[in-house]
Formats: sequence, C-alpha cells, structure tokens
Amino acid sequence: MAKLELRHLNKTYSPKIVPVKDLSLAVEDGEFLTFVGPSGCGKSTTLRMIAGLEQPTKGEVRIGDRNVNAKAPGDRNIAMVFQSYALYPHMTVHDNIASGLKLQKVPSNEIRHRVAETGHILGLEELMDRKPAKLSGGQRQRVALARALVRRPDVFLLDEPLSNLDALLREQVRAELKQIFDAQSTPVVYVTHDQTEAMTLSTKVAVLNNGYLQQLDAPHEIYNKPANQFVAGFIGSPQMNLLTLKCQSNNAILGDYRIPIPGGFAPPPEIVLGIRPEHVRLARPDERQTIQGQVFLVENLGMSYLLSVRVKGAENVTVRALLSADQRWNNEDLTLALPLESIHWFNAQNGDRLPTTHEEARLDQGIPVKR
Amino acid sequence: MTTTTDPIRAREQRTGWLLLAPAALILLAIYAYPIGRAFVLSFFTENLGTGLEPVFSGVDNYVRMALDGRFWLSIWNSTIFTVVSLILELILGMAFALILDQAFRGRGIVRTIAILPWALPTAIIALAWRWIFNDQYGVWNDMLVNWFHILENPVNWLGNPTWAMICVIAADVWKTTSFVSILLLAGLQSISQDLYEAHSIDGATPWQSFRQITLPLLMPQILIASLFRFAQAFGIFDLPQVMTGGGPGGATEMVSLYIYATVMNYLDFGYGAALVVITFLVLVAVVALSTFFLSKVRNATGVQ
Amino acid sequence: MTTTAHDTPRQTPPAGHATPGAQSFPLKKVLLWVAIIAVVLFSLGPVLWQWLTSIKTNDAITELPVVYFPAPNQYTLQHYIELFTRERFGAYIFNSAFVAITSTLLCLAIGSPAAYALARLRLPGEQFILAAVLIVTLFPYILLFLGLLEIVRVTGLANNYLALIIPYTAINLPLTILVMRSFFQQLPRDLEDSAKVDGYNTVQMLTQIVLPMTLPALVTTGILAFIFAWNEYIFALTFMTRENLKTIPVAAAQLGGTTLFDVPFGPLAAATIVGTLPLILLVLFFQRKIVQGLTSGAVKG
Repeated sequence: MAKLELRHLNKTYSPKIVPVKDLSLAVEDGEFLTFVGPSGCGKSTTLRMIAGLEQPTKGEVRIGDRNVNAKAPGDRNIAMVFQSYALYPHMTVHDNIASGLKLQKVPSNEIRHRVAETGHILGLEELMDRKPAKLSGGQRQRVALARALVRRPDVFLLDEPLSNLDALLREQVRAELKQIFDAQSTPVVYVTHDQTEAMTLSTKVAVLNNGYLQQLDAPHEIYNKPANQFVAGFIGSPQMNLLTLKCQSNNAILGDYRIPIPGGFAPPPEIVLGIRPEHVRLARPDERQTIQGQVFLVENLGMSYLLSVRVKGAENVTVRALLSADQRWNNEDLTLALPLESIHWFNAQNGDRLPTTHEEARLDQGIPVKR
Repeated sequence: MTTTTDPIRAREQRTGWLLLAPAALILLAIYAYPIGRAFVLSFFTENLGTGLEPVFSGVDNYVRMALDGRFWLSIWNSTIFTVVSLILELILGMAFALILDQAFRGRGIVRTIAILPWALPTAIIALAWRWIFNDQYGVWNDMLVNWFHILENPVNWLGNPTWAMICVIAADVWKTTSFVSILLLAGLQSISQDLYEAHSIDGATPWQSFRQITLPLLMPQILIASLFRFAQAFGIFDLPQVMTGGGPGGATEMVSLYIYATVMNYLDFGYGAALVVITFLVLVAVVALSTFFLSKVRNATGVQ
Repeated sequence: MTTTAHDTPRQTPPAGHATPGAQSFPLKKVLLWVAIIAVVLFSLGPVLWQWLTSIKTNDAITELPVVYFPAPNQYTLQHYIELFTRERFGAYIFNSAFVAITSTLLCLAIGSPAAYALARLRLPGEQFILAAVLIVTLFPYILLFLGLLEIVRVTGLANNYLALIIPYTAINLPLTILVMRSFFQQLPRDLEDSAKVDGYNTVQMLTQIVLPMTLPALVTTGILAFIFAWNEYIFALTFMTRENLKTIPVAAAQLGGTTLFDVPFGPLAAATIVGTLPLILLVLFFQRKIVQGLTSGAVKG
C-alpha cells in the first residue's frame, strides 16, 4: 500500500513518436484509477512505465514517495494483470500464483497459506493442479488476478484485463473485479478502451488523448462536466451531439432557432454546443427551448430508439436523440426539447469547456488541461 | 543504437553480453582464428624444407599457386562438381517438393523417407556408393547389363576419369536433393492455395501456374538453398575422399582434397594456408553476390 | 526464414472417387504414384542395398550375376559379428555417441542464452552479430581444419575427446542460435513482461520460464546438432589418430581402405548400417522436428 505518483512523465521513442508527452497525476491508497482513451493515446505506455517495463524519457514514477525509475520491475513491488493473462504455460495454477512469492523468498508455509487463501477468494481451489492450457478463458483470467492479489503489492496494474473475455463473462467478471478491489486499500491503475469499464470500476478516470491528460476526475464528473470537446465525445454512448454554431449577441444559432448562451464569458463568434442524445427529449407543449426537425434515421437499440433528426433551417446539422421505446412520435416531423441545464458549451477554437456561471467556481480548481 | 543511461536497460544489456560471451568466444576460436591464421600463414613458407618453421616469404605461395596446374585442376573439378550437382539438385529437389506437396495416402511416411539421405553420414554413404559402382560386383553394372541390356560388359565406373566425376556427382545429388526439397517444400506450403485457384479461374494451365506463381514466389527459397548448397559443395571433402580418394589420376580431386593433401601428406603448411585463403575468398565473393541478388529478389516478390 | 512446414493436407478430391467426365483423373493419379514410388526407391535404394549386402554371406556377395535377395542359406550375421570382434566398433559407437551427445548438450547450453540475448535483450550491433553468425554457417570445415590443427597441436589435445567436442559445439552454434532465436521471438512478450514484474531476473527468466517453454525447440535443435556432430568427418579424421578413439564415419571409411585387394564388402556394408542406424531411427521418430528446425531458423547442407 503506497501512493503512486507520476511527475511530468514523457516517453519519446523518436521525435515523431511520442506516446506520452507530459503526464502528472497521483493515485492514493484505495483509489481505483482508470486510464481510458482511444488506441495510441499513451495509456498502455504509461502503465508499462509505471511497471518499469518501459523507461520514461523524462519525468518520474514515484511509489510510496520514492523515485523508482532506476528500479527493475521486480523490485517495485507491483503486480500486473495482462490482457493475455500471461500465465506460465509449463506451471500449474498453484505454481503460477506462487511464482512471485517464491522469488521474494517468502517462507514456504506462508506461500502455501497465501496461495490457498487467494485461491479461495477467487474460487480456484479445484484448479490448483491444472496447467493453464486446461482452463477456460474466465478461469485463466482469475488465475492471473490471483497471481497479482497474492503478492500484496504496493500498486496493482491491470492492462485491459477483460478484453479477451466474451461479452457475457465480461460483465460478470467486471462486477467481481469491483468487489475484489473495493476490499483492497491499495492503489489500482487500470487501462481500458472501454468506457463502461472505466465508469463502473473507477473512483477516478483519467482520459488520455494524444499523449496528454485530457481530464482526471470522478466518473460522474467526467460524464457530467467533460473538460473539453474530446472528453465529451469520447465518454458516453451514443456519442454526444457536438454542433459548431455561429453566435449572435448572446445566442447560438441553430437553424431557425436561437439558443441562449449562459453568462460567464464573452460570446465568441463561433461556439460548440454539446448535448447528450439521452438528454434530448420530446418537447411538451409548454416547453421553452424547442427545435423542430425531420427524422431521417431510426436505430432500434432495444430499450430505446436512437433518432437522427435534421434540424429545420439547418440542412447539414444533425441532432441525435435517444427516446425510450414506449414513446410515440410523429414519424416525419417532431419537436425536441434541449434542456438548457444539459447543454455543454465548448470553445470552438481549442475545444475547452466554457464554464457557465454556476459551475465557474468549481472549475477553477481543475487541473491544467492540454491536448 | 545508442548507449543508454537507463539503468534497467543497461543491466539488461550487460546480462545480454554475458549470455552471448561463451558462444562468441567459441565461434571466434573455431571460425575466426583459423581463417585469420590462414591469412597470416599464407605469407610464410612452412614446410619440410624450412624444418616446419615459418619463414616469411611474401607472396611466394600465391605466385606458386598461379603456376600450380594441380591447383587449377582442383579448382576446375570443384567448380564442375558444384555447378552440375547444384543444378541437378535444384531440378530434382523441386520435383520432389512438388510431389511431396500433393495430397496422398502415406504422405508422412514418404516425406520421412525422402529426408533420410540428408541425415546420413556422408563418409559412410560414400562407401555405399563405392560399392554400388563397384566394377566387378556392383549393382549398377548388373542393372545396366542384365536388366536393361544397355551395356555389353561391366564398366569400371570409378576407374574412368569422366565417369568417376559423374559418379561422385550422382552420390552428392542423392545425398542432398532431400535437403533442397525440404526447403522448397516449406516454401511451397507457404504459398496460398487461393492464388492457384484464382489463376486457374483465369484460365491458366498448371504449367503456366508453375511458371507464373510457384517459381517467382519460391525464388527466395531457391536462392537460399542454392547459397547453402554452393558453399557446402565447393568445400566438399568427405564424399570424394572416401569414394575415389581424388582419383583416378586427380580426376575428382576437389580443392578441399588438395588442401588436405598439401597439409597432411606434404606437410606444406604455408602453401596449404594460401590455398585456404583463396578458397575462402572465392566463397565470400560468391556468397556476397548471391545475397545481393537474394535481397533484390525479396524486394521484388515482397516475400520474406 | 521463419516459415514452418504445415502438414495440413491440401483439399483434393478423396482417392478412388473419380468424378464422371474427368477422364484425365486416373492418369494423373497413376503418374503421381509412379513419381512417389520413384522418390521412395531413389531415397531408400542405396541404403537398402547396403542392408541386403550386409546380411549376405561372402559367397553370395561375390556371386555373379548379382544376388539381389539372398536364398535362405545365404543369410548371415557374420559381418556384424566381425565388426564387434575383429574390429572395435563397440568403441567407435561409444566415441561417436559420446562426442555427439556431449557437444550437442554443450551447444544447447551455450547457444540458447546467446540466442535469447540476440532475440530479446536489444544489444547494440545485434544485426551485425546475426549476419556474422549466418555467414559462418556457410564455411566448409576444410577452411578451418588447418588452423584448428595448430591449436590442437599446441594445446596437446590430439586424441582427446575435447578436440572434437569443442569444434562440434562450434559448428552447431550458428544453427542453434538461429533456430532458437526464431523460437524465442515467437514467444508472447507478455509472458516475459509478467515474469519481470514477478521479479525474475534475466537469467532466472531464461532458465525457469523461457527454456521450459521452448523445450520442443531445444529438442529440434538438439536433434539437428546431434546429426551434424555424428556425421562430421574431417576433424575426426585429423584430430583422432589413435585407433580406439575413432568415430564411426572415420572407422567405417578406413575399413574399406585397409586392404586394396581383399575389400571386405560384407563388413563394410554392415558398418554402413551400424553407422547410419541411429540416424535412421532419429529421422523415423523426429521427421517433423527435423524439417521444422531446418526450415525455421537456418539451413545447412
């Protein structure tokens, strides 16, 4: 158990290949931090630098307030779960789990005890004498997890541990992971490209893009107050509507409609309006902020429909709305409400979130953001 | 590659050099030293005339070599042997590979049988061939005389200069065709069957497919096999040494046999070293040329 | 050069079900089988002939016209018995086996770490070392024997098993390094990363994780190294002059050369069979591994 801290981490392979540009953050005991981002955003490289499998070009990895840059992976007291599980094929499940402890010269009766205990937690008792080739995908995943847990490391690192499981099993194991790591008071760093995993498992989510940290926040903050256009578009499914609109005085012009921009900043000539499809709803008669449009595509998602709507007066602007399956609408034209409190505003030039009056105070303490 | 300040990496590399060191030392001692030594010794005369003490003699050995008919004959013999056996092995090896690539019952066993000759000791196989070509009781004579009635009387195959060379080549072809076919077969199996199907849908005959798909895509394997076979054939020692001893009258004396005789029979170490150097240089030149072509062909076909 | 031989049969119509209209089909089949039989006869003929000779009585061997399949009273094991009583083939077999096995093990022990270093440890100059190793496989032994002869004389290693074990280790090292390296590179990287995180250092990782996983590759390489060591002739001929230290190929070859007029055809044939039998067995049992090894890393005649 120890705090993990990254200070101005940079990894440069060549002037053109810089997967991690400048990354600083801290993970405290008991925190579950998830790195999420598109492929090539630097999340795996960062994890490998924490593990010591890659060496940072610049910056420091600190575990328990000590710089561990010069320490070999095995001396950092970390445990890592790999996407491929990386079980040693020639060793039994028991020996796989015990391998790290044996190298640490833990007394053999303690090894036996700890392996048995971990095996019990993960339900591996029956499998201890098997070789990995004789295990199912889910079982292998558990063994990999057991091998990490039994070490009682200072930091847990997990690299897309669920992505080799089929969809059904993934949900089940995700729930189990949450329970297991809730019980640990050790920093956990988790890498995934799956935002559902990021949102459900983490206490903190770090959204990475292009080698820079885009936002570091609790999952609900990431969802409700994306720090910039990238985060807004990356988190949430279906993707947030992001419309680049012209401004006139304090209004953004969306086709025939004007949407008031809240105070707190001087209205620029252009602005990006963001609203999640799930926040767009059918307008009630008394609604103030409505737009009319024509449905040109309906996608049935099962529990809801995703409608693509061409806004009246703006032929090339599409707004997507997620309507629950029991709602009825006139097949051609419909009136949608865009609740003002659900609208996000972004700077059209640099994509940064524009703070509305009521949230301005809180965003001041946010972390500097680059892209 | 730059040296790094990364301590983990530095430790890893240090371990790497340590792991590499024993192998490197042995290779240097067994390969680099003898070749290097031969270069040095080739400028000395060290034979019975000098009491087996090296005496510097400049390029005397090379001058002597230029005028040494036996040397040129041995080079000629090696060249003939290498070129003819290489061509035959490639043709026959390709035929074997094509046959072994077909689907038929018992293919595994036939493949096993087909690699057998390659695995057997050449020196011992030379004995078998000497017996086959025996002038009195040899089975080859018997087959030609009594089965096929091609010959009236038995021939002393290994006693005739031309036939002796042909017999040695035949034995070598028997021994190493399987090696060539193993390599070519692996190459054949890496060619996607789809290519042939697409080609035959386009109306190509099997022969056209062979010319336009198999041969070009197999070119890297063909060149690699040729390269290795060339080097081995040019330095062949055990087969002619046991089968003919270089005879009759030096008709099958390869350059390797001449080197061996120079050193072991005439104890002429300096001259032997010069012969080694020249043989080495010939090999290096041919290998360099063919690797150059190999890389060109690889680039052209896009096959690794 | 990392293609391995896949043995999956090509999709062709099953035998014996000639489709109507396909007139050329039986002809093609007949031709194929003629070709297959030709391959088998070609490959086995000389060895079979040696074997037949080796079990014939001397009279049958020198009978004319040639006796192909001896009559019941023409069989004998006399030639084999002679090899072990009048000649010292027991000792020769031991010498060959001892030298080949020792050098093979030594070669694997030295070559695998080197191969691992070249496969994974990102040494500067790696490409150069590999190229050198590859080129070295092309050197015929005749180029080395003069220099080695000097070393053997200076160190007094003549008629010492080491005089063969060390060169045999060396001549098999390039092959071992290239084959093992190609196997190491095929291992999933995650495994080694995982081992690093678990705390294995490079040497422990090699001995406890990587080598156990590449056991099949070690067997493949070992078989090839054994074959090359068993078959080697020129070093054995030159460095082992004492009768009881000779290896099988040299002893067999010299058996024929001892007397010019009374060539012992029978014992010679028997010696051929004795000397090749271990290799025939190896090929029978490990055909696939041999092919895989030859095609996967390096190639050698």
